[in-house]
Amino acid sequence: MSDIQSFKQSQKYETFSYLPEMSPEQVRKQVEYIIEQGWNPAVEHSEPENAFGHYWYMWKLPMFGEQSVDTVLAEVEACRQENPGHMVRLIGYDNFAQSQGLAFVVHRS
Amino acid sequence: MAVKTYSAGVKDYRQTYWTPEYTPRDTDILAVFKVTPQPGVDREEAAAAVAAESSTGTWTTVWTDLLTDLDYYKGRAYKIEDVPGDDECFYAFIAYPIDLFEEGSVVNVFTSLVGNVFGFKAVRTLRLEDVRFPIAYVKTCGGPPHGIQVERDVMNKYGRPLLGCTIKPKLGLSAKNYGRAVYECLRGGLDFTKDDENVNSQPFMRWRQRFDFVMEAIEKAEAETGERKGHYLNVTAPTPEEMYKRAEYAKEIGAPIIMHDYITGGFCANTGLANWCRDNGMLLHIHRAMHAVMDRHPRHGIHFRVLAKILRLSGGDHLHTGTVVGKLEGDRDATLGWIDLLRDDYIKEDRSRGIFFDQDWGSMPGVFAVASGGIHVWHMPALLSIFGDDAVFQFGGGTLGHPWGNAAGATANRVALEACVQARNEGRETEKEGKEILTAAAQHSPELKVAMETWKEIKFEFDTVDKLDVQHR
Repeated sequence: MSDIQSFKQSQKYETFSYLPEMSPEQVRKQVEYIIEQGWNPAVEHSEPENAFGHYWYMWKLPMFGEQSVDTVLAEVEACRQENPGHMVRLIGYDNFAQSQGLAFVVHRS
Repeated sequence: MAVKTYSAGVKDYRQTYWTPEYTPRDTDILAVFKVTPQPGVDREEAAAAVAAESSTGTWTTVWTDLLTDLDYYKGRAYKIEDVPGDDECFYAFIAYPIDLFEEGSVVNVFTSLVGNVFGFKAVRTLRLEDVRFPIAYVKTCGGPPHGIQVERDVMNKYGRPLLGCTIKPKLGLSAKNYGRAVYECLRGGLDFTKDDENVNSQPFMRWRQRFDFVMEAIEKAEAETGERKGHYLNVTAPTPEEMYKRAEYAKEIGAPIIMHDYITGGFCANTGLANWCRDNGMLLHIHRAMHAVMDRHPRHGIHFRVLAKILRLSGGDHLHTGTVVGKLEGDRDATLGWIDLLRDDYIKEDRSRGIFFDQDWGSMPGVFAVASGGIHVWHMPALLSIFGDDAVFQFGGGTLGHPWGNAAGATANRVALEACVQARNEGRETEKEGKEILTAAAQHSPELKVAMETWKEIKFEFDTVDKLDVQHR
């Protein structure tokens, strides 16, 4: 039994929440992926205690047609600055599948 | 106008049912059979016989034939092709007018197409390879109760395949112990757990207690992780009445998803249950027990791509498709063909993947492909590259067999999956770089590290029995 580790439960946030929080360079690559797929980047945020609901607060509007990775990253940062203590997630809206091609928490509060 | 008169007796099938000049109509249901005729029966006669016996024909002329317009209702053999690499067989293409079939009934379509004809003496073996459903017929079928996009929204899962696990041992656990196994998997990071297909309501665990304990496990795991979870409650039952009773109870306790075995349960029961699920906001997972009886022999039966189309029309939100890499049969190109048939709106003819016809599904929702059977963390890079995001990967032994238990096994799979998705999004080739990706991820996850040490030697390398007939051997 000595080499068995007991399981440690922690709060998770769906996609990528089982990996360590991404470095800025890793986040940049995911934004590049979203733009490359032709998806529309968007930013949302929430108090951690309300994170289970389907709807988080929208940060401004989805960035339709945005091609600049820097612009998207700047909006993520602005959202984080303005909402201390909130979680921030990044979304890639796929308007053809009428779904989100990617959604993950970039800032875990 | 030509006048027909009655003349009793036996006619060659080809006189009526072999029509090489016929151009199929957009509304025809088209089928291609691989025919192995009895010695001495020529191709045209065998093809015509198959067309006749799967549509309007019987072995002798009857006077009542003349009371209708048989030329309108008959199936027509309109083309014959060689089977690459097999001189004893040939492909027979047959067109059926849409009026031969009741609307929205895969039951009716397949009672004709694979009915008496499969026992017909003039053919030695017969295999239904593919069926083209015209959009006019597709529109009469309900299809998947929700489809991929709605399920993603309901379950809040985006940008990655979903993860599941079949609870083992498949038979013999008490309901409370079973719920424990579910809870451990879900809290560890899986999205779904699953009843084994032969778990229905046996003496060791009746369905009602199973449903109650499993629901408690789901709710607790959701509260602890903050993620949405489900368990495929198997409502496959001896009678439709009993099936609906179990489905109603699953809804009453708030379960998000139930499951059904569409072949052993039957297409009639499945279509009814899919309609019930659509009406009641319940996701529907579909298992395919008994499929290999029909789809494994290369010369006889029904190809799985046809069984997959039947399910999409009859209705289901998930369907098992084989894994390519695990313990069960499955050729890679053929599998890619039928997962496209399950998920895409329009699939072009592509013989290199065994697809004989263009298939237009219109707006019918897509079905998640489920890869299950003998897979573990080392398969993750290949699974992601084969299946893409719109799939559920189910690791049974590959979760429960983790040396530290189910929760650790679940975490190992989830970490491996997310690491592969992250790498793919970064433009890396997950299959080629699989080892480096997993090894790097394991540095942050002791659960994954142990899983990688446990399973690295297990492989299933047997040749596929049913191969695509794409080249002359």
